[in-house]
Amino acid sequence: MNDSSSGVHPETPPVSPPAPPDKSDLAAPEPTGALQVRGVTVRFDGVTALDEVSLTAMPRQVTGIIGPNGAGKTTLLNAVCGFVRPQAGQLIFDDTNLARLRPHRLASRGIARTLQGLGLFSRLTVLENVMVGASCHARAGFWPALLGLPWSDSDERRLRDRAREALDRAGAADLADRMPDELAYGLRKRVAIARALAARPRLLLLDEPASGLSERELPGLSGLIREVAADACVVLVEHRIDLMMSACDTIVVLDFGKVIATGPPGQVLTDPAVTTAYLGATGDG
Amino acid sequence: MQEFLEFTLGGISFGMIYAAIGLSLVLIWRGTRILNYAQGGMAMFTAYIALIVINHTGNYWAGFAAALAAGVVLGAVCERVIRPTQGKPPLNAVIVTIGLLILLEGLAGIIYGGQFRSFPAAFSISGLKIGSTSLGASRNDVFVAVAVLAAALALAVMFRYTSAGLRLRATAFSPGVARLLGVRVGRVLTLGWVLAGLIGALAGVLVSPNTFLYPNSMDSIFVLGFTAAVIGGLDSPVGAVVGGLILGVALNYVSGYLGSALMPVFGLCALVLVLMVRPSGLFGAASSRQV
Repeated sequence: MNDSSSGVHPETPPVSPPAPPDKSDLAAPEPTGALQVRGVTVRFDGVTALDEVSLTAMPRQVTGIIGPNGAGKTTLLNAVCGFVRPQAGQLIFDDTNLARLRPHRLASRGIARTLQGLGLFSRLTVLENVMVGASCHARAGFWPALLGLPWSDSDERRLRDRAREALDRAGAADLADRMPDELAYGLRKRVAIARALAARPRLLLLDEPASGLSERELPGLSGLIREVAADACVVLVEHRIDLMMSACDTIVVLDFGKVIATGPPGQVLTDPAVTTAYLGATGDG
Repeated sequence: MQEFLEFTLGGISFGMIYAAIGLSLVLIWRGTRILNYAQGGMAMFTAYIALIVINHTGNYWAGFAAALAAGVVLGAVCERVIRPTQGKPPLNAVIVTIGLLILLEGLAGIIYGGQFRSFPAAFSISGLKIGSTSLGASRNDVFVAVAVLAAALALAVMFRYTSAGLRLRATAFSPGVARLLGVRVGRVLTLGWVLAGLIGALAGVLVSPNTFLYPNSMDSIFVLGFTAAVIGGLDSPVGAVVGGLILGVALNYVSGYLGSALMPVFGLCALVLVLMVRPSGLFGAASSRQV
């Protein structure tokens, strides 16, 4: 696996800065709500990964989640996505209890996520990968699409256009016909972000989107996240503090599965409890 | 030279049957990582249904259509039976599919009896000739090859050019991620079984004129279809077709030049050889999954 964190892909253009408002159907998502996490507890074989975690990610804001390794950041995203079921607590988005939803229903509710491991389909082209992300908006049903009925053709064109636009927003338009395995890690990261954007999310969960990106790519990524947040609720898990400072409205700090601080980035990073948590976990981002 | 031509063309016809069975196995394997040992039994059962309809209506094509429809239904029913084994140890699915095979063969024996029944062919089975040169293949052999090839091409087009096919391919590679992206994985897996039932039924109807029909008539065909899928790579629909062709032609050479008694032995040797030398098959990826 390649890593571009040290800028080893000089040919890579920066992630696109915020684009001007778009008049296509992609640019008008439904109004978004807040994500409310209320007293969520997750245990694995006696180990408490999340301990009565409560937080609110406000609509049209970027809520960052930081903490040392093992603090429970990814577990929290997994709980929101239904990958793990909390033993206690509620996860509410748009007045819907997410714990009762099956994972495939999340996309139709406007919830998209990127994965740390990217999860790209290696035998599908980049464009096809992103089209799968957009497929939750397919208007033709599964069977008409299977039979290639006329109205499914226009639907596929729409999905293809949506996927191309998402790739463009993520600065990966020129990668459409490539296979994911041919790409450096930083580029694959863009594809994963594009796939999430293609779902036109109202709640976007980003799991370490900056890992593998070079320093000069961070401002572009930060701008992209801010742009998405104009119409969505964004939850960002990341170790790169410079990105968190520039992109987040609010930061929540987790340590050993508990919330130890919440507030604006400048305030949180000077919080003594946060400093202690990070100093106690030497070597963590 | 004429012998060689006859063996080759005859082998292509049989090879397409193995390809169809192989293709039906691949369709299920790609989505579920389950090897459907009941595939031959499903094909046999649908062939019996075709035979009954043909005998009642006197119309081959009515029986042909009934077999395909029965394949679709049987595929969907078998998927519902096998679904509880998803996410459980692989041995559970193996036992359930073998149980399904025994059930289908037992039911066929109870309902239709164990005797060998002749099955009509769609077209003439007398050999085609160019001038005085025999081609070693009949009109029916040509129909068999064209029917399986058309089915394989239709599947390829569906996989490649429809959004439903895109969701099928995504699910085959990573069901968890596909589910996260909003794909209804359960429905997609059902479709895989339905398509497998359909292709298996096609194989059953096409091969039965050559083998007679009886409750165990598809057992050896299943083994050779499985060998075809392994040669091509269990993940690759194209591989199943190519594997079927290679196997069919090779077995026909063995049968023609060395004697038909050696055919089953050669088939099993080919299976063992491929598993030892290239277990991922001709078209399979060395590392098939990465999430």
